[in-house]
Amino acid sequence: MSKSIQLLMGNEAIGQGLIEAGCQVATAYPGTPSTEILQAVIDRRQGAVEPLHIEWSVNEKIAFEVALAASYTGKRAAAVMKQVGLNVAADPFMRTAYLGVKGGLVTIVADDPGPHSSQNEQDTRLFCMQARVPVLDPANPAEAKQMVAAAFELSEKYEVMTVLRPTTRICHSRQNVELGEPVRLERSAAFEKDPTRWAATPAFLPALHRKLNNTLEQIAAEDTLQPRLANGDGSYPRQALVASGIVYGHLVDLLEELELHGRIDLFQVLMPYPLNPQFAEQLRTDYDRVLILEETYPVIELLLAHPGASGKQSGAVPKEGELTPDVIHQVLADFLALQQPAEAPAERRGQRPSLCPGCPHRAAFYSIKQSFPAGIFPSDIGCYTLGMNLGAVNTVHCMGACISQGAGFYQAYSQDGDFPTIVVTIGDSTFFHAGIPALINAVIQQARIIVVILDNATTAMTGGQPVPHLGITADGSQTRAVEIESLVRASGIDFLEVCDPYDKPEFEALLKRADEYIRKPAGGVAVIISRHGCIMDRQVRSSQERFQVSILDNCIGCQKCTGAFECPALSMDPETNKSVVNQDRCIGCGTCIPVCPVDAIIKEAK
Amino acid sequence: MKQQIIVSGIGGQGVLFLTRVIAQVAVDRGIPVLTSETHGMAQRGGTVLSTIKVGPFASPLIRAGQADVGLLLWENNLPVHRGLLKTAGRLLINAEKEGEGERIDASKIARELGNAVLSNLVLLGLAVRENALFCAAEECEEAIRSLAPAKFVEQNLRAFRKGLGK
Repeated sequence: MSKSIQLLMGNEAIGQGLIEAGCQVATAYPGTPSTEILQAVIDRRQGAVEPLHIEWSVNEKIAFEVALAASYTGKRAAAVMKQVGLNVAADPFMRTAYLGVKGGLVTIVADDPGPHSSQNEQDTRLFCMQARVPVLDPANPAEAKQMVAAAFELSEKYEVMTVLRPTTRICHSRQNVELGEPVRLERSAAFEKDPTRWAATPAFLPALHRKLNNTLEQIAAEDTLQPRLANGDGSYPRQALVASGIVYGHLVDLLEELELHGRIDLFQVLMPYPLNPQFAEQLRTDYDRVLILEETYPVIELLLAHPGASGKQSGAVPKEGELTPDVIHQVLADFLALQQPAEAPAERRGQRPSLCPGCPHRAAFYSIKQSFPAGIFPSDIGCYTLGMNLGAVNTVHCMGACISQGAGFYQAYSQDGDFPTIVVTIGDSTFFHAGIPALINAVIQQARIIVVILDNATTAMTGGQPVPHLGITADGSQTRAVEIESLVRASGIDFLEVCDPYDKPEFEALLKRADEYIRKPAGGVAVIISRHGCIMDRQVRSSQERFQVSILDNCIGCQKCTGAFECPALSMDPETNKSVVNQDRCIGCGTCIPVCPVDAIIKEAK
Repeated sequence: MKQQIIVSGIGGQGVLFLTRVIAQVAVDRGIPVLTSETHGMAQRGGTVLSTIKVGPFASPLIRAGQADVGLLLWENNLPVHRGLLKTAGRLLINAEKEGEGERIDASKIARELGNAVLSNLVLLGLAVRENALFCAAEECEEAIRSLAPAKFVEQNLRAFRKGLGK
C-alpha cells in the first residue's frame, strides 16, 4: 500500500488541496455540505510548509473579505462556504470580479442539489455567471483536489478570483486520493497601493468591466479547462451527451451498466462558466441532438443555446431536485429510445431527525410552547430548526432572519391593536453571524418581542465549531472571548436574563416575566439567554448528573413525552400502550420528568 | 471485482464509521472505492444511508436494484432501503426478532460489551462471517486498527470478533 494514497472525503481532499497549493489564509463559516473543508485544513495544518492562518469567521461576508485582502498582498487565500453563504458574501464577491486579485483567490462554494441540508438548491455556477467569475465543477473528490490547484493557477494568471463548486455528493463522498507535496511559494506580504483598482470609484469601473470581459474571453479558451470528449463508435451519429459535476460520474456508470460506454460521444464540462463559444459552435456543427445533464440550473444549456438541446429548459430533464442515477436512467432512456427502466419503488421516508435526547433546546422549546400556546415563534437556521417537531418553530428562513421577522410580526399585529406573544429563538453562533444588527433594529423600532438566545456554546448542527464567546480559535488556541451579554446590553436591551432550560420552573417563570415586560408601557425587547452546553459534547455529558430514568405502571399512555416533548429515547409500546425508555439512547437528563401529567416517569441517581 | 454495498441506519449508530472501515479495506488493497454519506440535519437521529462502490466506478451512488449487499443497523429502514438491493442481494440486519435476511441482535451484543454503538462492528463481523463482503476478517481488523481512536481499538475489535462468532 502506498502511503501517499488515502481514503479522503471530497471535503478533506479539497482541504488537502488548499495546503498543497500553498494557501496561506483560509477562512470559512460552517455550513453543510462545506464544513469539513476548513476542518480538514485545520487537521492537516502541520503539513503546510509556510505560515498558514486559518479562521472560522463570524460569517461568510467576513470570511470572504479577510481572504480577499490577503490576496491583495500577493499571497494565496481561500474562503469556504455553502451555497446560501455566498448570498451573505454576495456584496464583496460581486465587486471583486471587477477589481480582480493579486495572489490567487479561490472561493469554494458547496452546492446542495436536492436539497439535503439547505433552505434552497440555488446553483453557484449561475451566481458566477451573474458575477462574471470563472467556476470549476469537479466530478469526484480526486478531481476536486486537482481543481484547487488549477483554480489558484487560473486566478493568478489572469488576476481574477475563481470559484470551485463541489456539490453534496462530492463533498461527502470518499475516494482513494493521491497526496502531493505542498508547493513552497516563498511570498512576503506586499500590498501595492493602487486606488484606481482597490478603491475604484465609478469613473474607473467601465474600464475595469471591459478588462474583465476581455479576460473572460481568454479564460474561456484556456487549454487545460476545455470540455473533455470520450468518443463514441458512431452507433449514435450526430448525437452527444454533455455533463458536468457528479452527474458526469453517474452517467459514466450508467453507460457502463447499459453497455453503452464508448458508443456515443460524451463530453465532460470542467468549467461551465465562462464556456468556450467555440465549443458551443462545435456542438452546433457536429451534432443534431445533444442531451445536457447538470445540477441544478440549466447553466451549460443556456450557454450552449443548441437548437437540438434536450435538458431542463426543453423539459427533458427534471428542473428541480437531485439528478440521481435513477433519474438520469429515465432521461437517457427517453433520449436514446432505450428500453424503459423498471418503475422505481415509491420513495419512502425513513425516520425523521429530531433533537438529541437530552438536548437543552428541547427543554426550552417545550417550555415556550407550554407558556404561550397561541404565540408566534420565528426561529432560525441550526439544530433548533428541529423545534418544529415540538410546534415551537413557525418560521425558518435564513441566518439571523428570526429577530427581524419577529419584529415584523409585531409591527403588523400591533397596528391593529393587541399583539400575540412573539418568541424568537436563535442559536448562539447564528446570533453572532447575523442576529446583532437585527436586534439593534428591533430595539430602535420599539418592537415588543421575546428573543431567546439558545446558547449551547457551539455551532452544533455542523459538528461543533467554536463560537466567539468561548475565546477559542480554529486551531484550539486561546483568544479574547466576546461575551453575548455585553453585546445584548450594548444593543439597548434592558430586560436580560440567563437561565438553564433544564430548570423548567425557573425558565417558565422567566418567560412569564418577559411577557409582562414587553407589555409594559416602558417595555421593549426582552432577551433570555437559554444556556446549557450541547449534549453532543462529551464534556457536557460527563459533567452533568445522569439518572436512571424509568416509567412506572401508572403511565396512562397520553403520549405527551413521546409527542409534545418528542424525546427520541422514549417511545410507545404498542402492546401495553405505555411509554418505554430506550436505555441505549437515554442520557439520563431527567428533563422528561416534569412533562408527565401523572408523575409516571421517575429517576434514580446513578 | 465489483461490489456495491449499502449501509443503513439512523444518526448516531456509527454508520459513517462502518462505511469508512469497509472503504479503507479497499484502499489498503489498492482497489478503487467510492462512498457517499449522509451528513447534516439527518444525522440528528434521522434515517441515514451510506453507499460503497468497490471497483472501477465513477459515481458513489447506487441505483435502485443494484446493491449486492445491504447492512442494516436499524431494522425499520428495511422498507425504505430494500429497493436498492438486487433480487439476489445479501441482507444483514441488526434486529431482535426473526425475519427477512440474515439477522443478529447486534445491539444486545454491543450493550454487553459496554456500548450500544458497537453494533456497527458486530454487524460487520456477521457480514464477513457469511462471506457477504469482498473483504476478509484480517483486513477488516487492520482497517479498524488504523481508523479507531487508540483507546477504543480493543473494544472495537472485540465487537467485530463477536459478530464473526469468535
